[in-house]
Amino acid sequence: MKTDFFSEKKYINAYLVCAFLFLLVGLFQSWNVAFSILNLCLISAIMSIGINIQWGNSGIVNFGVMGFAAIGGLCGVLISMPPTLEVWKDGTAVILIILFSFLISGILVKKFLKKFIYNKYLKILLSIIIILFSLYLIKSIFIPSINFIENTNSAKTGYIGGLNLPIILSWPIAGLFCGVIAFLIGKIALGLRSDYLAIATLGISEIIIYIIKNEEWLARGVKNVNGLPRPVPYEIDLQKNEFIQTLSNTLNLSVIELSSLIVKGLYSILFILVLLIIFFLLQKAIKSPWGRMMRAVRDNETSAEAMGINVKKRHLQVFIIGSAIIGISGAMLTTLDGQFTPSSYQPLRYTFLIWIMVIIGGSGNNHGAIIGGFAIWFFWIQAEPIGIFLIELITIFLSDQNEIKLYLLNHAAYMRLLLMGLVLILALRFFPKGIIEEEKRL
Amino acid sequence: MLLDVREIICGYENTIIVDGCNFSVKKGDIACIVGPNGAGKSTAMKAIFGLIPIMSGQVIFNNEDITSLNPQERVMKGMSFVPQNNNIFQEMSVEENLEMGAFIHQSSMNENLKNVYNLFPILNEKKSQIAGELSGGQRQQLAVGRALMTNPVLLMLDEPSAGVSPIVMKDLFTKLKAISKMGTSILVVEQNAKQALEISNLGFVLQNGKNKYSDTGKALLQNPEVRVSFLGG
Amino acid sequence: MEIINAFALIINYIIIPGLTYGCQLALGALGVTIIYTVLRFSNFAHGELMSFGAMTSILITWIISYFDLSIYPLPTVILALPISILITISYCLLIDKYCFKYHREKNSKNVISLIVSIGVMFFTSGLIRVLIGPNDRTINDGERFIISARKFKEITGLTEGISLKLSQGITIIVSIIAVVLLFWFLNKTKTGKSMRAYSDNKDLALLSGIKTENVIFYTWLITGTLACIAGTLYGLDKSYKPFTYLQLVLPIFAAAIVGGIGNPIGAIIGGFVISFSELLITFSYNKFLSYLIPINFLPEGSLQLLSTDYKIAISFIILVLVLILKPTGIYKGKLL
Repeated sequence: MKTDFFSEKKYINAYLVCAFLFLLVGLFQSWNVAFSILNLCLISAIMSIGINIQWGNSGIVNFGVMGFAAIGGLCGVLISMPPTLEVWKDGTAVILIILFSFLISGILVKKFLKKFIYNKYLKILLSIIIILFSLYLIKSIFIPSINFIENTNSAKTGYIGGLNLPIILSWPIAGLFCGVIAFLIGKIALGLRSDYLAIATLGISEIIIYIIKNEEWLARGVKNVNGLPRPVPYEIDLQKNEFIQTLSNTLNLSVIELSSLIVKGLYSILFILVLLIIFFLLQKAIKSPWGRMMRAVRDNETSAEAMGINVKKRHLQVFIIGSAIIGISGAMLTTLDGQFTPSSYQPLRYTFLIWIMVIIGGSGNNHGAIIGGFAIWFFWIQAEPIGIFLIELITIFLSDQNEIKLYLLNHAAYMRLLLMGLVLILALRFFPKGIIEEEKRL
Repeated sequence: MLLDVREIICGYENTIIVDGCNFSVKKGDIACIVGPNGAGKSTAMKAIFGLIPIMSGQVIFNNEDITSLNPQERVMKGMSFVPQNNNIFQEMSVEENLEMGAFIHQSSMNENLKNVYNLFPILNEKKSQIAGELSGGQRQQLAVGRALMTNPVLLMLDEPSAGVSPIVMKDLFTKLKAISKMGTSILVVEQNAKQALEISNLGFVLQNGKNKYSDTGKALLQNPEVRVSFLGG
Repeated sequence: MEIINAFALIINYIIIPGLTYGCQLALGALGVTIIYTVLRFSNFAHGELMSFGAMTSILITWIISYFDLSIYPLPTVILALPISILITISYCLLIDKYCFKYHREKNSKNVISLIVSIGVMFFTSGLIRVLIGPNDRTINDGERFIISARKFKEITGLTEGISLKLSQGITIIVSIIAVVLLFWFLNKTKTGKSMRAYSDNKDLALLSGIKTENVIFYTWLITGTLACIAGTLYGLDKSYKPFTYLQLVLPIFAAAIVGGIGNPIGAIIGGFVISFSELLITFSYNKFLSYLIPINFLPEGSLQLLSTDYKIAISFIILVLVLILKPTGIYKGKLL
């Protein structure tokens, strides 16, 4: 199928500007930095595509990016790390079975409540009793096994470990898993609109982070999981390679630098592949009758409903797809980092920054989401130099020893927050359609 | 002439709804605008009050051209408007509703309050009750009372009888008559043409956005053509 | 005696901290709720506005201390509060003028204003960190305790002590004063009533001659005042760390929504519901029960519903549960 990836000039221009910026960074800072920025730009772009599908195509306000990204990262750990054999032999299997049956019975109980009990207060009372009972179960059965797991070699493992599969497998699995979670969340929360949905998803993502942080048996919590296996070779192995050594001589680069460049480049290739696959699949979906239906739902819910479209179901579908994409990018991020650090998941960085990307890029257009992801991440990284430059400019009349100037320069790192807020406010006011406007389709 | 509306044309975006209508109200009059559904009655009234922009034509009030004023400025000039829906502050008490009505006429508030309570004794009884808890008829009385708190020269009502029982409607019309006796002119848009014309000195029958008949209430009631087409025989 | 000890324990570990934190949340939730009822959007920047208020209080306290003014045993920040309130209000008004006004006049969707408020949140948090830095700062330079646990034990002879920090006392008293003034303003003054009328029925309020600009001015006046007081009190009680205020946004929303957003009384009740559930659910009841039932009957292990690690998560859980089960909250608020 031929697509219109580069069919329109304005897209090419925007992409060329991005490429040019990387060139500048590569030439003036270093190619290593340029590739690190590029990799995170790619991940950000995928995340903002995920949000864009929800917001731009259906008007769903999902502030739960952080949660889905963290679940994706968790998948990375659970797929790739070697299992902690000691705990699989005796304790954990039991826990997992109980956990699983517990979830199922929970859903069944909910169904039962819905069907047979009509009194609202009785329903609430029963739910509370069930919750208390399950808390008791958790106390009496879970806690001992959890303690056992967490105390097994707690300095190194102390968690259930993973499946020891290639980490790249975790990407699609993270997508699936986040899709399932999004289904559950969507079922309960999508009835809410705009502001409430935003607050609810933000709250749910905070809860997810709290669980991952505190349930150490799952993925070591705040103790972090380090040394995740890689889908690409290690620098040290590359440095031993003769071909690389000769290449470094011809390129006049140190072996260390070259090897890390190669690793980053390989990551970039992988990420670009994922981005392209997701992008083309989505473009196809958007052009299909399904995509038209989604836009109909977004533009006028009431009339869409009158035409016989099941709005709730459509919203749920979009919520699942978008969240799955975010999950994939979350797993990719953990893969790139080589470690899983739950405490690094902050709403400012994961939820709100991604939203800025979508708004700046131009909601409703996936090219926009990609460009937004690139632009904002680039800006986020480069805001400090820009901030220093701005401060120098403002305080040009002050001497270098001036206290105010020194003070401001010391705090330049925080200019990125300030500038980011400014960019968002200005964009909403002067370019509400973003860098790339939504394509007009019939 | 208190209110003189000349050849107004107005509507929404591409559709013209009121197409060159004339209305006039004299001091102490009760005037009513009647007509079938979709004739443009409510739109005409909103245009007179400045809630909808007028494409052409003039609104003269008290010998002053007020065509370009916004609704708040028209309130200051002595007009007052009771919308058809959402015409009270649901979450505030009855007395607070009335106080808000007098927001720009603070000086004569106590006097106006007394007049409104005299006119609608039930509001006095329920003055500390939350307005949202009132019955339909009481709400309508409160809405009229709130509009009277600005001490208007001209009171405009948009379908005051919509959604209330016939008894309440009759009561309300009696009150309107009393209000006009106290010196406030009234312009009312009504679905129930017969009852409205009975209390009116002047009636305007609209059809398709145009004046069809304009005469005294009595004359219109007796006009056989009007009877057949608009009053159901 | 045992029973009194048990009560002293509860007062010391639940009632006093719960009241303090509840007051802070309630003041924050009031700000959110008032913005919501009048301007119709969820103000995510409110936490940062509180932080801004606390920051100005600190900066002004530094200036005051420079002139050696002090009202020991009360902390100097009390002196600074009126000025910092004025500065916070001015900041709010500036933000409204340059950020929210445009979208209000354009009748943008309320989600757009919400996203603008996120921009304001970023901007303000950046501004705060540029101005005062991200570090921890102690605000309280007054006496630490109104009554310390040791002194209380000496006086009463109980084994359990009750301590009341000065910051807690100030928080509760200032909150009560602020809330009483707020309710007086909203229910008794003409301007306050016009604000309620505006939020109740905007079109009718305009017909009655109530001016939008005035209502919005007073809305930010109140919001700025509440944010500054709440932020300063929170910093006084714990210590001032800019990043904690970001984490406070969600508990504040939880309080406002649990109580029923748009309802000032609801916001206060919601604040206490959140603060007390956090404490009651994560409180370990072992010691409390040991005073009431014979030791032999005491169950083994910790009698805690959830571990203290989940303390803040409780407000999120309540928030989500309320949103799903009863989005209008305790006092029927407006539905977003």
